[in-house]
Amino acid sequence: MTETVLRTGTEKRRFNVDMRALSPFIALIVLIIAGALINPDFLTASNLLNVVTRSAFIAIIAVGATFVIAGGGLDLSVGSMAALTAGVMILTLNNLGGGDVGTLALGMLAAIALSAACGLANGLIVTFGRIEPFIVTLGTMGIFRSLVIWLAAGGTITMRNFDLRELYRPVYFDSILGVPIPIIAFMVVAAIGALILYRTSFGRHVVALGSNEDVARYSGVPIWRVRTLTYIIQGICVGIAVLVYVPRLGSATPTTGLLWELQAITAVVIGGTALKGGIGRVWGTVVGAVILELVANIMVLSNFVSEFLVGAVQGAIIIIAMLVQRSVHRGR
Amino acid sequence: MDSVLRAENISKSFGPIEVLSGISLDLKPGEVHAVIGENGAGKSTLMRILSGHIAPTKGSLHLNGQPITFSGPVDAEAHGIVLVHQEILLAPDLTVAQNLFLGREIRRFGFVDDKAMRERTRGILRELGTSIDPDREVSRLSIADRQLVQIARALLVPHKVVAFDEPTAVLTPIEAESLFEIIRKLRSQGVAVLYISHRLNEVKAVADRVTVLRDGRHIATRDIEGLEPLEMARLMVGRDMSKLYPEKPETASDQTVLAVRDMAVPGFVENASFTLRRGEILGFGGLIGAGRTELFEALVGLRPGHSTITLDGRQVHFRNARDAMAAGIVYLSEDRKGKGLLLQQNLRINLSLAALDKFSRGSFIDGAAEETALDQAIKDFDIRTRRRDLLAGQLSGGNQQKLLLAKMMLLEPRIVIIDEPTRGVDIGTKEQIYRFIASLAAEGKAVVVISSEMQELIGLCHRVVVMRNGRVAGEVAQADLSEDSIVYLATGVHEERAAEIAAGHA
Repeated sequence: MTETVLRTGTEKRRFNVDMRALSPFIALIVLIIAGALINPDFLTASNLLNVVTRSAFIAIIAVGATFVIAGGGLDLSVGSMAALTAGVMILTLNNLGGGDVGTLALGMLAAIALSAACGLANGLIVTFGRIEPFIVTLGTMGIFRSLVIWLAAGGTITMRNFDLRELYRPVYFDSILGVPIPIIAFMVVAAIGALILYRTSFGRHVVALGSNEDVARYSGVPIWRVRTLTYIIQGICVGIAVLVYVPRLGSATPTTGLLWELQAITAVVIGGTALKGGIGRVWGTVVGAVILELVANIMVLSNFVSEFLVGAVQGAIIIIAMLVQRSVHRGR
Repeated sequence: MDSVLRAENISKSFGPIEVLSGISLDLKPGEVHAVIGENGAGKSTLMRILSGHIAPTKGSLHLNGQPITFSGPVDAEAHGIVLVHQEILLAPDLTVAQNLFLGREIRRFGFVDDKAMRERTRGILRELGTSIDPDREVSRLSIADRQLVQIARALLVPHKVVAFDEPTAVLTPIEAESLFEIIRKLRSQGVAVLYISHRLNEVKAVADRVTVLRDGRHIATRDIEGLEPLEMARLMVGRDMSKLYPEKPETASDQTVLAVRDMAVPGFVENASFTLRRGEILGFGGLIGAGRTELFEALVGLRPGHSTITLDGRQVHFRNARDAMAAGIVYLSEDRKGKGLLLQQNLRINLSLAALDKFSRGSFIDGAAEETALDQAIKDFDIRTRRRDLLAGQLSGGNQQKLLLAKMMLLEPRIVIIDEPTRGVDIGTKEQIYRFIASLAAEGKAVVVISSEMQELIGLCHRVVVMRNGRVAGEVAQADLSEDSIVYLATGVHEERAAEIAAGHA
């Protein structure tokens, strides 16, 4: 580390691209080329829009996970939290009974409030209980999941009011200027996320906290507040994802959001965010979520691997992504 | 006498940057050969080449007259060349014996033989003149004892050459003295010792020959006879260094800005009281572990403590560093790498972290203002960096310290507490830091300097408070500042013995 400066005449090397930032985009291009070669239907606008639309839930949740992970934390409870939020939102709508916009708005508000509260709970326990986030969110993952099973009495929670379903349907199925609403929602969430992470003091504090908690503390960063806020942001992102998810099926079941935590964390890691914290890449995360859905899509369109193995492939991807991150890191 | 290890025309380049050029060095059995130079002079690189961690780009190594290339540090060790690292590289949760034999456990019928390892550990530690319990966990040892364990681990393999990389950086004078005893013992056994240090008095005390590097080049190799520290410094820096310490600014007033009464930090400090005046540089001396760092960390709210703190006549309490900063008090940690800077982040992010509010417009950070501040800091603090987008961890120790100073000065503090301001910093940078500290006092700020280097306290401070075992042992006024008076208060050792210790090296 102490070596320095004896310039030998040659030019300074300017070829210094950050591979960590670039690699998810390269992977995306490679996948698109592969998909196009495998099936001519792949490279159609409708298929690609469909893929991106389907990736919206995970992408939105993963934007929140980018904050938690960049800040040195982890949230395993997002899938169960999504299921619980969806269940409670539908139950709220059913209990309110109306079919008007006001009812829908109230239900949405309830969903966001609940998911933010779930995030707050995670954050407070991690911060003030000083327990490993892995353990805390493993615990809340179980709690949220069994709560939704209990609420659904083991069955399905379905939106009963037909008018409301019709009113809500477009949020998943309609487009504005040819762009499906879920895609717009996730681009907006990602843009806001990027703005917060890259351009605000809070975002800077998250990165500092994830890089080295002691340095952050000695630099006067309010670490407890910052850490708790990352979990709240994660909660709110889960809430937003639920708002887009519910109109798709109009119901919540005990298996809603199953393995979403795996997908969200995978998207974050593929995107180049460091799992140990200190580096956060919102746009990389978005690309990561799209990559996951692309892989599933290619599997469906090709006949190489059964589509029932999607989870296995995604599980393999996170491990490969970690290996790539490590070798890129070594090469620095 | 024939050399045991000889380096001939060694050069090393990293990419286009040459950090060593044409270095030759020979090590004879039974000599202590010191390598000195400023940070960035190439000492560590040379050390790592000699111990097989990296291969030279040009030049050759000769072991007992035979040309040799090492495939790695393990290979070098097999040839009897061992390196005692500057950083403590031990597993904190394992015991001393387990650490000593980590990766080379003694086995019996396929199982580890704890008894044998414990016995050998005890034997080696006794040879080193210490009675550390082999079953003690390393995390419960003092830094100095950990260093000894690390030395013991290095000496476990048969060795012909032992290289020490800045071994006294974390030691108090008394602990350093026992290290020198170990080094002298090695020498008398015919081992060649390579000794890298910034501390020229130590080099004078322990070395037989000295090689000076500057900017990756070999400047001189001389016998220690007749080579005084001042001359060594001149060779290292390339200019006259007789004036290391600036004039003490005549700004010390009787106006008390900060008074701390009866500070108690559980397990570290009891009943510590002191006052700090406007425009003065107040030194805090004492041995490592005397509770100086803990006292000030508690003062600024970084660890729990109880006391009555009066700032400008008003009683205050800081719950965290942010509170203290808002009141105009900053604390610069001795642990630059662990608590001062984000090593994985670039200079800009590090610089603005503590004073981020100053760079915000509304909720957003003003990147252009940050860049301007970085330009200013690089200029004002003479931060030497190859490129602006380097990570803080890629800077040398001295430049990291300058960056940390720049970062904290952005808060425009009135009271500056600097813990070990020149630890791991080369002599040229030291001078700059001393001048900067003096200028702070001259501007009317109050400065606290916590230091284990007595010369530093004497050369820099108006007054020195000395701590011992968590209590304030006494205070030395400017007129009475001397090594004797500080060592006496720090150790409680009889004055003659103290003078003896001080004369040895510090």
